[in-house]
Amino acid sequence: MNVLRIANGRIIDPSQDIDRVAELWVQGERILGIGPQSLAATQTLDATGMIVAPGLIDMHVQLCEPGREEDETIASGTAAALAGGITSLACMPNTEPAIDNQAAAEFVYLQAERAGSANVFPVGAVTKGRRGAELAEIGGLIEGGAVAFTDADAPVVSAEIMRRALEYCRMFDKPVLTHPEDPELTRGGVMHEGFESMRLGLRGMPPEAEEVMIHRDIELARLTGGRLHILNVSTGGGVELIRRAKERGLRVTAEVSPHHLCLTDQALQGFDSNFKVNPPLRTKVEINALIEGLKDGILDVIASGHAPLASEKKTRELDLAPFGIVGLETLLPICVVTLIEPGHLTWPQLLQKLTVNPARILGIDRGTLRPGADADITIIDPKTEWTIDPKRFHSKSRNSPFAGMKVRGRAQTVIVGGVVRD
Amino acid sequence: MPLEADAPERFPEHFPWTRRHLLGLEDLGKGEILVILDAAETLIESSERRGKKRSNLSGKVVVNLFFEPSTRTRTSFGLAARRLCADVLDFTPSSSSLSKGETFIDTAKNIEAMGIDLMVVRHASSGAPHLLADHLQCGVINAGDGAHEHPTQGLLDIFTIRQRKGRIQGLTVGLVGDIAHSRVARSNIHGLLKLGAKVIVCGPPTLVPRAIMELGVEVSHNLDEIMPRCDVINMLRIQFERQRNGLFPSIQEYARLFGMDASRLANAKSDLLLLAPGPINRGVEITPEVADGPHSAILQQVTNGLAIRMAVLYLLCGQPPQV
Repeated sequence: MNVLRIANGRIIDPSQDIDRVAELWVQGERILGIGPQSLAATQTLDATGMIVAPGLIDMHVQLCEPGREEDETIASGTAAALAGGITSLACMPNTEPAIDNQAAAEFVYLQAERAGSANVFPVGAVTKGRRGAELAEIGGLIEGGAVAFTDADAPVVSAEIMRRALEYCRMFDKPVLTHPEDPELTRGGVMHEGFESMRLGLRGMPPEAEEVMIHRDIELARLTGGRLHILNVSTGGGVELIRRAKERGLRVTAEVSPHHLCLTDQALQGFDSNFKVNPPLRTKVEINALIEGLKDGILDVIASGHAPLASEKKTRELDLAPFGIVGLETLLPICVVTLIEPGHLTWPQLLQKLTVNPARILGIDRGTLRPGADADITIIDPKTEWTIDPKRFHSKSRNSPFAGMKVRGRAQTVIVGGVVRD
Repeated sequence: MPLEADAPERFPEHFPWTRRHLLGLEDLGKGEILVILDAAETLIESSERRGKKRSNLSGKVVVNLFFEPSTRTRTSFGLAARRLCADVLDFTPSSSSLSKGETFIDTAKNIEAMGIDLMVVRHASSGAPHLLADHLQCGVINAGDGAHEHPTQGLLDIFTIRQRKGRIQGLTVGLVGDIAHSRVARSNIHGLLKLGAKVIVCGPPTLVPRAIMELGVEVSHNLDEIMPRCDVINMLRIQFERQRNGLFPSIQEYARLFGMDASRLANAKSDLLLLAPGPINRGVEITPEVADGPHSAILQQVTNGLAIRMAVLYLLCGQPPQV
């Protein structure tokens, strides 16, 4: 059996509160332990100057398969994940057809197994066909391996259906993931509503469209006792609502995406659809509130919100181009330059939001370096400088707002189930 | 020499100009706006002396690429280009491959490949001309993009004001109506502020975005209150095609609160200049008696539009080669 020793690295495992330079040992597919072991290593990796962390987990990814293979496949998306240091991801059910039944969830597992890269955990649709009218067969989806439920970018408009979803999922102790958006208030919207949208003559999407929905869903979580996870929070008002929900002891968690932490609506000035995303890029004020929310632990998770779109769909009029940006291969460096380097978060705080927190929300046994855990490890070079070049992405799509940006920090080596990947 | 006598004359003046595209008045400096206005003025003067035709764009090809319906602007650009002796191509999306699923950028690239020097673009999407300027080699003139800008309309409005008032600096100009969906409003605001006018935008709050104050304009929701303060009022059309429903209760109520009629005009300065970019919804924004009355410069705006568009075409591609 392969015995791997990772020497001289700074081991950071927020699940065990560990942050020290030590050896990490892997035996076969499992973590053996931290510190000297009595075995002989068959392979040694020198991690001097590196951070050795549990494999990163991205809990908000679109893999687009089945149905939109021109944008991404499970093979290309999981390859992109590994390139970004992500060893496990949860994929959204906004496929064609939607992942709303057991067979569809099993198909995702099968394709992921064939691809043999990152671990994939499907998130099932919460309503049939993501139409928001009737609950999907949630029990069957769980049988097929679904770890959580959401209609992805289609908000559950009916408060009654959302209530029943939270109630029903409580039976399985699974979270409902909500994309908070009142579609009446955002209809026809292209970007954040404010000075820039007025100036550019583009229809706006006000922060309140997000906040009223977060408020509704928090109250429904209180009513039902269900588990609510709020996807891609982009407003300070949303952070405040979640803060109060947590103070009230409700089972509410929340997530933010890297682009909402560093880009503003001013980026739309060139009418470049690579900056068109939902929720939209907002303002410096909102960014500061989100960063405060991360520091205070109100925002539990950072996830890429990876939304690949083929170039022919994006290269067109801004108001007609679809929403979405890719993020698997830029998640880590954008966190480094926007959160670590300015001193907003420490490495253990950042890694908590990229490992153990998403694992706990999804109820998956990952994101830890505990002895006996699956040996998913990301070795990070925190200092190396590089320039983001979408042409070199492993993803099939290139719709990144970070093209040409100089960043620091990169996954140097990823290990999945004890196997060192290129 | 009859041939020479018949040949159209060149437009002799040289104006300092470096841009290849005209995408909006926000991008232009005060000096550049004045260059266009002066060039248009010179064109009007010289056409009175020497006839209408000029040969400055001889051998150039100008295409009108209108993805949205237009009568006035399209005709005006077409005639302006012909007066400068350009070849003019007219493109309508209904007769094109757009209906076969071609993207608008590909359509424009294909037309450009026929050897186009200037493309005059109108599109329902804000930023569409900017996208073409990025993807094409030829010059691009924005003839109206979504609710963003309509620079030649802004220029001809400002030109008409300067012609009638002799100045822009220090004037108070009211823009009344559907500000939110109006590209004409945005171009007017940028141009007028750069030239030193005070701008008041006036309409119901559902049609006036709050953020517009940050551009440096005054916001009013009371037309009667601003009437006596304005030297110029520009009545903007309700953009029924760009709106969602329910932004005001009825056309009747809109006309009562923001329509221009004789009784409102009685409270105005005696030399109030009334503009309307057209096409007007008669009886909604403006009553027929006012539209055709002595304050109105509506038809003069159309005449000036031709001169402005000739000036823009000339500056963008008719300049004599610079040494």
